[in-house]
Amino acid sequence: MTDITSTLFSMSNGRAADISGLNRMDMPRFQETVINGIGCGLRLAAMFAHETDAGALRLWAILARDSQSELLPLYTDCTGESYPSLTPQCPQAHWFEREIFEQWGLRPMGHPWLKPIRFQSPYRKHAAAAPTTPIGVTDFFQVSGEEVHEVAVGPVHAGIIEPGHFRFQCHGETVLHLEISLGYQHRGVERRLMNGPDSRSIHYMETLAGDTTVGHAVSYCQIMEALSETRAPQRALAVRGIGLELERIANHIGDLGALSGDVGFLPTMSYCGRIRGDALNITALLCGNRFGRGLVCPGGAGFDLDSARQAELLRRLDALESDAASAVNLLWKTSSVMARFEGTGPLTPQVCNEIGLVGFAARACGVRRDIRQDFPSGIYEYARIPISTQDSGDVLARAYVRWLEIQRAIAFIREQTAKLPDGPVREPLGGLAANRLAVSLTEGWRGEICHVAITDDQGRFRHYKICDPSFHNWFGLALALREQQISDFPLCNKSFNLSYCGHDL
Amino acid sequence: MLDILLTRIQQKHRTISYPKGPAPELPDRFAGAPVFDPGPCAEDCGRCADVCPTRAICRAPELRVDLGRCIFCRKCEAACLENRIRFGPDYRMSVRKREHLWADGRPLQLAKSLDAAGKRLFGRSLKLRQVSAGGCNACEADVNVLGTVGWDLGRFGIQFVASPRHADGLLITGPVTANMKEALLKTYAATPAPKLVIAVGACAISGGIYSGHEQVNDGAVDILPVDLLIPGCPPHPLTILDGLLRLLGRIEKLSQNPI
Ligand code: SF4
Repeated sequence: MTDITSTLFSMSNGRAADISGLNRMDMPRFQETVINGIGCGLRLAAMFAHETDAGALRLWAILARDSQSELLPLYTDCTGESYPSLTPQCPQAHWFEREIFEQWGLRPMGHPWLKPIRFQSPYRKHAAAAPTTPIGVTDFFQVSGEEVHEVAVGPVHAGIIEPGHFRFQCHGETVLHLEISLGYQHRGVERRLMNGPDSRSIHYMETLAGDTTVGHAVSYCQIMEALSETRAPQRALAVRGIGLELERIANHIGDLGALSGDVGFLPTMSYCGRIRGDALNITALLCGNRFGRGLVCPGGAGFDLDSARQAELLRRLDALESDAASAVNLLWKTSSVMARFEGTGPLTPQVCNEIGLVGFAARACGVRRDIRQDFPSGIYEYARIPISTQDSGDVLARAYVRWLEIQRAIAFIREQTAKLPDGPVREPLGGLAANRLAVSLTEGWRGEICHVAITDDQGRFRHYKICDPSFHNWFGLALALREQQISDFPLCNKSFNLSYCGHDL
Repeated sequence: MLDILLTRIQQKHRTISYPKGPAPELPDRFAGAPVFDPGPCAEDCGRCADVCPTRAICRAPELRVDLGRCIFCRKCEAACLENRIRFGPDYRMSVRKREHLWADGRPLQLAKSLDAAGKRLFGRSLKLRQVSAGGCNACEADVNVLGTVGWDLGRFGIQFVASPRHADGLLITGPVTANMKEALLKTYAATPAPKLVIAVGACAISGGIYSGHEQVNDGAVDILPVDLLIPGCPPHPLTILDGLLRLLGRIEKLSQNPI
């Protein structure tokens, strides 16, 4: 296939572009470009719609060319209330098209499974808008036949976790299909960001997914800095990187413990639960809050890492490293654990690419996809971190990639702390430029976090799109469950550990 | 097997001695209950209230902070030219009534224990069903951490259970989204009486930064009878533990003065 996208305008991560300089495409050209691009190996990082001043719907797609660190923004103005769905030729678009339909009533004709993803009220009152139904009231994919049965779980689950609904179609113990129905956590964040930013905006970012406070805050701050042409000081970039990697360590180690608990191996579960707390406490050493609230702010970092703090951080990191190593390495030596991890919930690289999986879940399928390498921004432009991959795509691969990432994150934090650049950690933020598009990608601990902002002629957010890695990956979990034992669901689920509120916004 | 035993030795005994021993040390940058320097404020100032993202500050007749709304972001602390508000190290902030969450410089009316009948029922065994209703997973995480070996909530007889039918009460996080309200009410109904309701975090108490959104219900306080309110965004695990133990009458005797 000849790549027709190679001549198109592209931008780099964390930059803004003047929208008047972009070419508007007509719908057929837009479609052809997206399908061609995806066919040539690009990824759909985001797709969304917003209303123009004239009241028309403008449809955007942000394509990511990982190999060249290029982001391609495309847009078209819709004339009617529908357009031909991209999904049949480009499965990566399926969730985005459902989202756009739910929000704006723009109907993708020919979409194979068009139904709400959040059960939210539409952004505009419109005849074509999808009717708002009470949450969970919808058709579920059903399998019929002898001995086929259905299992419904949630929204309230057994543990201390967020709500969501899972519908399993089973034959005996074997799962034929899992459908995941979310929206219970919908708090209306994107809606409230329109016409922003305001004093709440940064706090929305910090609580989009509470376990990814630093990740989303960094993405947002890169947007703000791109729109205001502010350069966060080098020292702040290093502090942000340290915060991001601490977040990765805390979540990965906690999940390794939980995975261990799910297969009934209590030693590693107990140790990792505590070690996760140690990682959170290192973040609290930096900013007073275990989740990194206030650590990152537009223009830089909210707190400096003074030399006494650096020494304490390094001391605690050493202790964490040896505790984690002894706790986690037990997993690989315990045959009862390995027997449950190996071969469970596998995904192939083909499926991974087709549905646009991101983060460690993609790397566990052998796909070298990592924003820190493909679209480095902030400190990652100056300091590279080795990419961790595994090939088997199963629970074991996802667990092992996380363990590799913990070790590399520890080494990275050490290195950054040792050579922390001098200078301030915060630069005052200028005003936001009008009529701009800004795109910001960050490798959060789950994977690619994508934020896109479009400003109006006052420099306010006309639209702010947030794409948590969970948005791409929930469908991956559903596919990983096929032909698996239903009793392995908790294990598979934990191996991804996706965010409900990050998805529901 | 030998590896498992060796690792056990290496990982040591890590459960905190609190409440018998001292509370674990909090980071120096921790933002606990606010402390006020005596005023007066310039009448036309109001910088603190202007920057507050949750409108938690009331300036008249005296400077007060609603800990039920406050997310402890310290924007007001940074904005004040006279250093009138500081966020101190005191982690103890749990109360029994919504109106007790107004901090004005006087000691907070920390949670009183259940009455004798309540203590007899729940004092030595309290099984809770956690419901996240729009929580961002930070409150959930710091509730969860109490179950780890470091905190070992089980030694107080407090446990989280899988079914509301087995529970003595609910522990609610999140602003109670419109999409979770029905599930929350059903879970409450499924819990046998007598039952307790505990609201953890600014979202569950007031909606937090999501207050006023049409997609949420501004917390659980107006929906269910709440017996214990634990403020914070998210509250530190120590704040949560302190609240639970006060409710069960296990640390009443300890000093009520700020640390
Ligand atoms: S610390 Fe609390 S009172 Fe102060 S600005 Fe933040 S939310 Fe408002």
